[in-house]
Amino acid sequence: MQIPSGLEAGVEGDLLKAEVRDLDFYYGGFHALKHVTMPVHDRKVTALIGPSGCGKSTLLRCFNRMHDLYPGNRYAGGGIVLHPDNTNLLAQEVDPIEVRMRISMVFQKPNPFPKSIYENVAYSLRVRGMRNKNELDDRVEAALKGAALWNEVSNRLNELGANLSGGQQQRLCIARALASDPEIILFDEPTSALDPIATASIEELVTELKENVTILIVTHNMQQAARISDFTAYMYLGEMVEFGITDQIFIKPTKKATEDYITGRFG
Amino acid sequence: MLQSADLDAIRAIIARAKRWDMFFALLGILSLMVGVLTFTALFVDMAIQGVPRLDFEFFTSFPSRRAANAGILSAWVGTVLVMLVTALAAVPLGVAAGVYLEEYAPKNWITDIIEINISNLAGIPSIVYGLLALGLFVYYFGFGQSILSAGLTLALLILPVIIVATREAIRAIPQSIHEGSYACGATTWQTVSDHILPYSSAGILTGVIIGMARAIGETAPIITIGALTFIAFLPPAPFAGDPPAGLFEWIFAPFTVMPIQMFNWTSRPEAAFTVNAAAAGFVLVFMTLAMNGLAIYVRYRLRKNIKW
Ligand SMILES: Nc1ncnc2c1ncn2[C@@H]1O[C@H](COP(=O)(O)OP(=O)(O)O)[C@@H](O)[C@H]1O
Ligand SMILES: [Mg+2]
Repeated sequence: MQIPSGLEAGVEGDLLKAEVRDLDFYYGGFHALKHVTMPVHDRKVTALIGPSGCGKSTLLRCFNRMHDLYPGNRYAGGGIVLHPDNTNLLAQEVDPIEVRMRISMVFQKPNPFPKSIYENVAYSLRVRGMRNKNELDDRVEAALKGAALWNEVSNRLNELGANLSGGQQQRLCIARALASDPEIILFDEPTSALDPIATASIEELVTELKENVTILIVTHNMQQAARISDFTAYMYLGEMVEFGITDQIFIKPTKKATEDYITGRFG
Repeated sequence: MLQSADLDAIRAIIARAKRWDMFFALLGILSLMVGVLTFTALFVDMAIQGVPRLDFEFFTSFPSRRAANAGILSAWVGTVLVMLVTALAAVPLGVAAGVYLEEYAPKNWITDIIEINISNLAGIPSIVYGLLALGLFVYYFGFGQSILSAGLTLALLILPVIIVATREAIRAIPQSIHEGSYACGATTWQTVSDHILPYSSAGILTGVIIGMARAIGETAPIITIGALTFIAFLPPAPFAGDPPAGLFEWIFAPFTVMPIQMFNWTSRPEAAFTVNAAAAGFVLVFMTLAMNGLAIYVRYRLRKNIKW
């Protein structure tokens, strides 16, 4: 098995947060991920790019075992090892809820719960059994600050999350994902439903978040990948075509297929 | 360059096409009127006959051989109590079954068979439920010809309605909300109790009211299990009487309900009883409409805070 470049591409001293190893995944009879191998660097932004339908979301949703919610989905071989404890997230005996407590997710379309702004953020903490009002208040405030939303909502925490603008709703969802202190946050095209200004604010936020948390982001927008990611993985038809440092992937890809996609000759 | 002649042609085409709009709108209104006018005519006729008969005594008197003295006290109390038992039994069972099928049940052929059977149950004639209840509740469990038996019978009858409404209300919740909850690390039960039930409660409530509105007018199964047609006493109130009744003694009391009282009066030859029946009918329809009104209000209140 060929180790994707990037591992040896001059990032010494970098820790790995997770490694996808030879992963196969099936939707019923459909082979959606084929022998995917990829490192995820600690507290860096890793972007997944590739044409629509190539399996970016599928790979992302393996990381928090979202596929377990639906019958017929099958992790068929390989795994995702989370460091430093070397847990295989996909192992049968690992509880998907435990995985989701360590790895949180922000979806394509903002999906705040029809609850107050406060309760939206507090929910990640409540499922972890936190009941102390002061502690909740502090953590909710910290998460909203972390998601750059606190200044806009601090005086209306009891209003419905759905009353916020699209960009604010997405930052609310980021606050919800952030509140529980996750090790990795997964983003599935988080700006595809947003206008350019809201998109810019989310991109800025993502680059700030990587100080403390590892980020894996799916994007169909190559400029976005180039702007915010440290590493980029190019996927095609369920396979990992190329992985590398973002600058290198965009300036001097080693594979012809990657170059064609990036230069817009294909996809 | 568009010629004005073309423009005229285009307008003619639009005008012709729009005639069909008009035609179907009229057809629609006509179809609607068949239902609305029939109901209005029936209701107005009943109101004209019955409303003058409605006075305070009508609600506080037991049935009597003399039409002028007869009232609906035992009937409306019976209806209210039977409905209470029906709701208490059917709502938790129906909602739990609906939630189980949507959120917990594995998707396999057993679940499919259960699903098909639930929709079939909704189509079974109500008298069949009456026969089942006569054997099961009245004799086998020994509940007798009581409010409890009647309430449970009607609960069985409306159970499919509540299950189906619950499932539809749950399915109306966007998948993204569902996934959002699981992504936070919630268990299935946390997802159900923190999200699914609160967000689907308006839809579930609608189903409950539709079911109750059906149950309140049911006559056949209630007659089958042996409701009385003439009853001149009320079920024992908790802790009242001598010796004092228990908290739940009323559920074993014999009873009658509004539709049976009406049916009884319409079968009498004297015209005065027909007037009584119309008055009771008016009260029954009013009870149903009041229930629907309450449902609309509560639904409005619940939905106000739910936006996706
Ligand atoms: N639930 C599903 N069942 C069957 N096939 C699916 C399902 N979801 C996605 N697919 C298929 O898997 C492939 C990868 O999908 P996805 O990961 O969503 O692509 P994308 O890279 O656009 O995010 C596509 O061919 C898609 O049609
Ligand atoms: Mg996708």
